[in-house]
Amino acid sequence: MGFKKLITSKKALLLFAATMLLGSHQLMAQAVAQGTTTAGTPDSMASSGMWTGVLYYVLLGLVGCFCIAILGKILKVYDLTLTMQGKKPINWNSFMAVLCLVFLIVGLYGAYWSLTVQGSMTLPKSASAHGVDIDNMFNLTSALTLIVFVITQVLLFGFLFFYRASDKRKAYFLPHNNTIEKVWTIIPAIVLTVLVVFGFFTWQSVENSTNMKGDLNIDITGHQFAWELRYPGPDGKLGQLDYRLTTGLNKLGIDFKDRNSYDDLQADTLVLPVNKSIRLNIHAQDVIHSVFMPHFRLQQNAVPGLPTYFKFVPTVTTDQMRSETNNPKFEYLLYCNKICGGIHYNMQKVVRVVSESEYQDWIAKQKPYLTDQLKQQLKVAAAKSSPGSLSSNKLALNN
Amino acid sequence: MSTLAVHDHGLVHHEEGHEHHHKATFLNTYVFSQDHKMIAKQFLITGITMAFIGMMLSLLFRIQLAYPDKSFPLLETLLGRFAPGGRLSPDFYMSLVTIHGTIMVFFVLTAGLSGTFANLLIPLQIGARDMASPFVNMLSYWFFLIASIIMVSAFFVEKGPASGGWTIYPPLSALPTAMPGSAEGMTLWLISMVCFIASSLMGGINYVSTVLNMRTKGMDLWKMPLTVWALFLTAVLGVLAFPVLVAGVVLLIFDRSFGTSFYLSDIVLNGKVMPFEGGSPILFQHLFWFLGHPEVYIIIMPAMGISSEVMSVNSRKPIFGYHAMVYSLIGITVLSFIVWGHHMFVTGMNPFLGGVFMITTLIIAVPSAVKTFNWLATLWRGNIRFTPAMLFAIGMVSFFISGGLTGIFLGNAALDINLHDTYFVVAHFHLVMGSAAIFGMLAGVYHWFPKMFRRMMDERLGYLHFWVTFISAYLVFFPMHFMGLDGVPRRYYAFTEFKSMEHWLTVNVFITWAAILAGFAQLAFIFNFIHSIFWGKHAVQNPWNANTLEWTAPVEHIHGNWIGEIPTVYRWPYDYSKPGHEEDFIPQNVPFSQTMSSNMPHDFEDNPEGLEEFNKWTSTQKANEEVK
Repeated sequence: MGFKKLITSKKALLLFAATMLLGSHQLMAQAVAQGTTTAGTPDSMASSGMWTGVLYYVLLGLVGCFCIAILGKILKVYDLTLTMQGKKPINWNSFMAVLCLVFLIVGLYGAYWSLTVQGSMTLPKSASAHGVDIDNMFNLTSALTLIVFVITQVLLFGFLFFYRASDKRKAYFLPHNNTIEKVWTIIPAIVLTVLVVFGFFTWQSVENSTNMKGDLNIDITGHQFAWELRYPGPDGKLGQLDYRLTTGLNKLGIDFKDRNSYDDLQADTLVLPVNKSIRLNIHAQDVIHSVFMPHFRLQQNAVPGLPTYFKFVPTVTTDQMRSETNNPKFEYLLYCNKICGGIHYNMQKVVRVVSESEYQDWIAKQKPYLTDQLKQQLKVAAAKSSPGSLSSNKLALNN
Repeated sequence: MSTLAVHDHGLVHHEEGHEHHHKATFLNTYVFSQDHKMIAKQFLITGITMAFIGMMLSLLFRIQLAYPDKSFPLLETLLGRFAPGGRLSPDFYMSLVTIHGTIMVFFVLTAGLSGTFANLLIPLQIGARDMASPFVNMLSYWFFLIASIIMVSAFFVEKGPASGGWTIYPPLSALPTAMPGSAEGMTLWLISMVCFIASSLMGGINYVSTVLNMRTKGMDLWKMPLTVWALFLTAVLGVLAFPVLVAGVVLLIFDRSFGTSFYLSDIVLNGKVMPFEGGSPILFQHLFWFLGHPEVYIIIMPAMGISSEVMSVNSRKPIFGYHAMVYSLIGITVLSFIVWGHHMFVTGMNPFLGGVFMITTLIIAVPSAVKTFNWLATLWRGNIRFTPAMLFAIGMVSFFISGGLTGIFLGNAALDINLHDTYFVVAHFHLVMGSAAIFGMLAGVYHWFPKMFRRMMDERLGYLHFWVTFISAYLVFFPMHFMGLDGVPRRYYAFTEFKSMEHWLTVNVFITWAAILAGFAQLAFIFNFIHSIFWGKHAVQNPWNANTLEWTAPVEHIHGNWIGEIPTVYRWPYDYSKPGHEEDFIPQNVPFSQTMSSNMPHDFEDNPEGLEEFNKWTSTQKANEEVK
């Protein structure tokens, strides 16, 4: 009976068939045209191929829409026949309620799957001392929020299923209940207070280390689109910077009037001795960048005109992490994490944590910033501006 | 207050008489209309158009993320120099991300949402004939339209639209040579935004003054529906916060064009030492987020108000804890002004300030939690009717929970160190303010469509639209949390440059296809929307059996909303399924004298005469019972 009616709704079917025919016809024509124009330029061929593909997908979309429209029609007709036969029509309301329940069950399973499968694709354990505190904080927060997540979603979709509309029932008139409202204001407040207190102390312990200088000071400077590193030489001190002194050779603007700068070293890889307190001095030359080393739970923006720093202690060497993650090619990485231009996505730097002796071997091989070429240039510059150089120096200082 | 309101009615009524002498032309009915209902529709249709543009942009960059190495010749045909060789260029990718964010946050979820529903619902639900200033209201729409056109026109300048992210942090946005999008595209962005804020302010001032001064007789603040409360507080937020962004934007224009150094200092760009000194990029971030954080509540509060109303109507139950709902909205409004620093934990702001902002941020979670529990309690023992609007309101609650909980991670400064600017953030805000707010907006569209267009939308297409969108939104954003936990930064053009990100490529493909599916579901909506405007079933006056005043207005649209006198309000808007009453709803304009059997002592808290009457009535009832 229902299907008979469907067949009588010829219009939709006809239209559908016509589109299908037209579509396949056009596709064939395209294919034929392609076949005949093989002698044509490859460019036109590629473009005609492209349009075939586009047409194919457009048709596919149209077919999909038609299928849905037809399905809708079938349902409508089925509904009508049911009413005609004096039976109850489809109860969409209960159907939606059942869908809510199905969604709840499938959704919870999906969330569980995602948490276990994709959750295991996340960062390995923290490679820095402060990162352990952050991870503990994270686990506490995750546990609490997951409980709330499950309870509230179950209640939400559960209520929808259990209290779906019925003619026999009237809703329960309940405008308010002060006791329960107080309860669910105070409980979240208490939980959040716990999180705030823990979070506040973790944050203070991670960030508040102004008076500690660190065993090793390293300068990292961001510019479009790379990071420059500067290690202190044997004196253990970094020289002053002045952005006005930046030239092609002196790309960081190191002030070579400062004795400490003579032995400053340049490096390609951020090599760090394990279990030493490291202070990264973070600079930017042009726009804001961000030093992001997720394995160390470390991030700090590099802001032009506002030098920042981050102090941390790496605790796991690259080799240890390689064996722990079963990945012989594992490397710690430093990303740029503040939009800084077109190549923002590729400002990488390898970070390697090594033992103290390996570090000493490596640092001994690094070249100083003060190259012979730069020395020559500086000498020339000094000779040029020798009279009155003293006064200009003072002026600069006053600024 | 009440005398003022009465006086107002007389006045407006008088003016209305004048209106009839004007000839209704096409131009003053559909284009330069000053009728709030028409302006609401103009906002809605412009908002939906912008939403589709924003969605298309997101699909373009999702394709790039899923297939970073694949060439799509079609893209080159469509986009020309922005996609050389059929691959998006990195700079254009940034533009797409930027304009997608800007359009969605400002043009769809601020103007499209508040503009539509504040215009439609405030006068109709408080019982006013129009806005306080219909002319300024019209200007508000036209400024919005101009802003939209300027924003989209940036795609036609040579170097492409702005591309510094929707937060346009200087120096990147301040130095025209820093990236192609920081040239003319950025200028257009800033001009567009100034127009947008002008529009938003004109609208906001109008909404606030209408709510405060033009309520009908009996409509005191505690009888207003939650939609009006939410839209009112949203307008207050916007009026207080948006001017700060204008200040920030104007200073940025100065830095870009007139050589000042408000945000710039110590800059060496492409090896060239720049003359800027003494400015601070952090200052811009403070100004931006002083608007930017209230902005996310400007987006979500109307959605909350709409969902509250829709859920109460469709579960045939009063909203649970009406007062608590209002107080938590007020709490959110106040607190939202002192939490902006949580966007800046790792920017170099003083760590002590970070700690303070963390405390205020986690406090704001309390009113949000109260609202969530109240929604759940509203559903409990209801008689739930699943209209498409109801489903979208439920979806809004579900997203608000899922996305709100991850806010507890991000508001914690210590955890934010490693989560800042990763995909975890993307997942968080797309759920809590993106999806939740758009679902609130769609709930509103489905619910008030009969009021706006006098016809009904198709229910089953609405069901299809809801389920596909709801499921695919979760499929898109849920996996992103884990990408964030793996330290994958947002706004990355390709995941192929880092070995550590390659295992997320398959997930990216999955997300992209889920996003395409969501895009297709919107076709069901747009078809339903347009088809129903012209050919939908005719609506009756009160299709949902709702209590609020807009359903007492005639189906036909007249300038002035009600024929004759504006109805007087006697009760709160949530008397659903009141025991003792035959029907399961009692509209706000029904006096208590007509519903003696269902009155409760609670109804007469501030009305001693009524209480006396009520007591008299109950005692006679009792006497009658005893006689029987």
